[in-house]
Amino acid sequence: MSDTKAEILSRIRGALGSDGSSAGATGVAGTAGATGTAGTTAAPVAVPREYRSAGEHAPGSDAVLELLIDRLVDYKAEVHRTTPEDLPDLLAGLVTQRSAERQEVGSSDYRSPDVLPTTPATPRGAVVVPHGIDQGWVSAMGGVDVRVDSRDAPLSAAELDGMDAVVTAARVAVAETGTIVLDGEPDQGRRAISLVPDVHVCVVRTDQVVQTVPEAVRLLGTDPGRPLTWISGPSATSDIELERVEGVHGPRTLHVVLVS
Amino acid sequence: MSTFLGMPAARDRRGPGPDAAPGSLSGVGRPEDPLHWGASFPDAAKAALDNGQLRRNLGKATSTIRTKRARVVGEVPDWEALRDAGSAVKTDVMARLPELLEELERNVTARGGVVHWARDAAEANQIVADLVRAKDTDEVVKVKSMATQEIGLNEALAEEGIAAVETDLAELIVQLADDMPSHILVPAIHRNRTEIRDIFLERMADAPPDLTDVPRELAMAARAHLRRKFLSAKVAISGANFAVADTGTLAVVESEGNGRMCLTMPETLITVMGIEKLIPTFDDLEVFLQLLPRSSTGERMNPYTSMWTGVTPGDGPQEFHLVLLDNGRTKVLADEAGRSALHCIRCSACLNVCPVYERVGGHAYGSVYPGPIGAILTPQLTGEESDLPYASTLCGACYEVCPVKIDIPSILVELRAREVSLTAGSSGHTADRVWSAAMKAASFAMADGARFRRAARVPRLLRAISRNGVIRKLPFPGSLWTRSRDLMEPPRQTFRDWWDGREDQR
Repeated sequence: MSDTKAEILSRIRGALGSDGSSAGATGVAGTAGATGTAGTTAAPVAVPREYRSAGEHAPGSDAVLELLIDRLVDYKAEVHRTTPEDLPDLLAGLVTQRSAERQEVGSSDYRSPDVLPTTPATPRGAVVVPHGIDQGWVSAMGGVDVRVDSRDAPLSAAELDGMDAVVTAARVAVAETGTIVLDGEPDQGRRAISLVPDVHVCVVRTDQVVQTVPEAVRLLGTDPGRPLTWISGPSATSDIELERVEGVHGPRTLHVVLVS
Repeated sequence: MSTFLGMPAARDRRGPGPDAAPGSLSGVGRPEDPLHWGASFPDAAKAALDNGQLRRNLGKATSTIRTKRARVVGEVPDWEALRDAGSAVKTDVMARLPELLEELERNVTARGGVVHWARDAAEANQIVADLVRAKDTDEVVKVKSMATQEIGLNEALAEEGIAAVETDLAELIVQLADDMPSHILVPAIHRNRTEIRDIFLERMADAPPDLTDVPRELAMAARAHLRRKFLSAKVAISGANFAVADTGTLAVVESEGNGRMCLTMPETLITVMGIEKLIPTFDDLEVFLQLLPRSSTGERMNPYTSMWTGVTPGDGPQEFHLVLLDNGRTKVLADEAGRSALHCIRCSACLNVCPVYERVGGHAYGSVYPGPIGAILTPQLTGEESDLPYASTLCGACYEVCPVKIDIPSILVELRAREVSLTAGSSGHTADRVWSAAMKAASFAMADGARFRRAARVPRLLRAISRNGVIRKLPFPGSLWTRSRDLMEPPRQTFRDWWDGREDQR
């Protein structure tokens, strides 16, 4: 054990052992409230967990989906509902639409010139997908430059910056907070691919939608070591006079596609 | 024990601070000690109260966030149960801190991370500087972090020839202006859009020359400025909102995506966190991920939360260092009455409801931790005598909104009591002498009914110097009170006179 570590731990033990020196001086809650007094022993303090561990609606139910859509729209995400059969066409449409917009607007408004891709994007657009994505999803993207990224064969930052969009799956979605969570599995990919491209298209199966945060945390807790990204709407800032600006460093457009 | 609830002494021990003139481009400068800079609170508060622009900015900001917070907290049917759980989890953490820290270290190490321990700011800064130098780079990107502000990391790195680039928009504004943050959540809230445009034009080399003061345009200029740095930086530095002992998982909550950029793109990640940021289990996140965003930005959830556990091969930084920082926290822990200040999750809800903060702003507190939480945490961390416990009206609003139920007013009263007993009888200070004389006089008057009756009539004389019901300036020693406060005109009639009259009418 390093000296500094030993000293810090010994300071902490000394601090916890010094109870009583100022006991009774005040009735400060939080140290001596209903939850028990922080003392010299290392016995866990009982934590009251009276809060809701699950919502009243079942995962994937109509009520939960309605709530999720309401929250997503409130946070300026674009929501689409579709069926597995229509999904490929919808995805292809979103990607090519994005490419057309980008060529119209030009790219100088949002990227520094020195990280521009050396080759221009293909006419119908370029999209990055994780290697574990359902192959059917990209089957309708004829003419689109579909690039596959994996941990073993990752695209460079500059290559990702040249993509019009990224398409991923998700691990779970939380209706009450309008959140989708990615956990880096093969159908969601490395964290960088859902971060650098300017448009993120995230496909969520309706049975993945839970109502509350605790339901999602407990699901994710089965594999807590995976890199997790919780996403609630596109990136945003309110740093200038509290005026909300959507789209800063993360993808400026978030499409959530609900499939059932 | 006597408890002094009144007027703070105007201590000048900090020396004069480089106060920024209203509207000036350059800020207050970067202080040597981020926990202790600028003028004393009463002096700084007086200067801030004279700055109308600042007061308007703050008033608008705090009321806007207050309203948003109230709305989204009202949506949650089990909010009080979440607060109770959050408070108890933090109490548990403090009680078991040594074992939980060692558990965290074991789990981070098992997943390929390296854990460092730092007793104070200098040690932490040295550890970080050495790690950065070993990567052969002279520029690092940074996510907004209170811990690294507290230890003055950027300045320490600059001395070693390493440029630390703040990537949060507000922190970037503050850094470019050579300023200090004035709010935990929105650090540049004391700047308006025109000032920000001027700062960008003068200090950001690649700012478009035709930049306007539209917030969207300013944000896009910052995006372009930082994007190349994000995509090419070798090393990133972050703080942590939570560290999970039983899994070794670290969590950072943010809005702009600058956090994700820093936590994902560089090869090396260095995280500096206070030892109190722990939570025991992964499931505890379900409590804090509900409490923090709603209390902080007034959102149901912040746009992005990143969680990582050590190193994930092929995804994100392949080298991860965690620096565990004491820097006074064990001093706070030793104080049974005040230790719950360590429960703070840095949401800043207490700033937005505080009538004192709303009027004087963050700089007056002379610490990176302003507002009610700063008024208790700062003096406890430094262990120095401080007038910050007096920067409060004890109205209790901070306790009402605190997501982990820190009883800030009670701790303030306790800190004031200690301060008074510490200075009682000491001859040095004017306010102490005045206080002592006033107490003697009060004791004389109140010991006898007739004396009290006569004494109670004296304030009516003050009506002679009031204007429109307000007294702006009292002669000494009353001037110590009115230097930063107005006094309401006393009533025409004392309570006793009114009572007697009421009896007579029966």
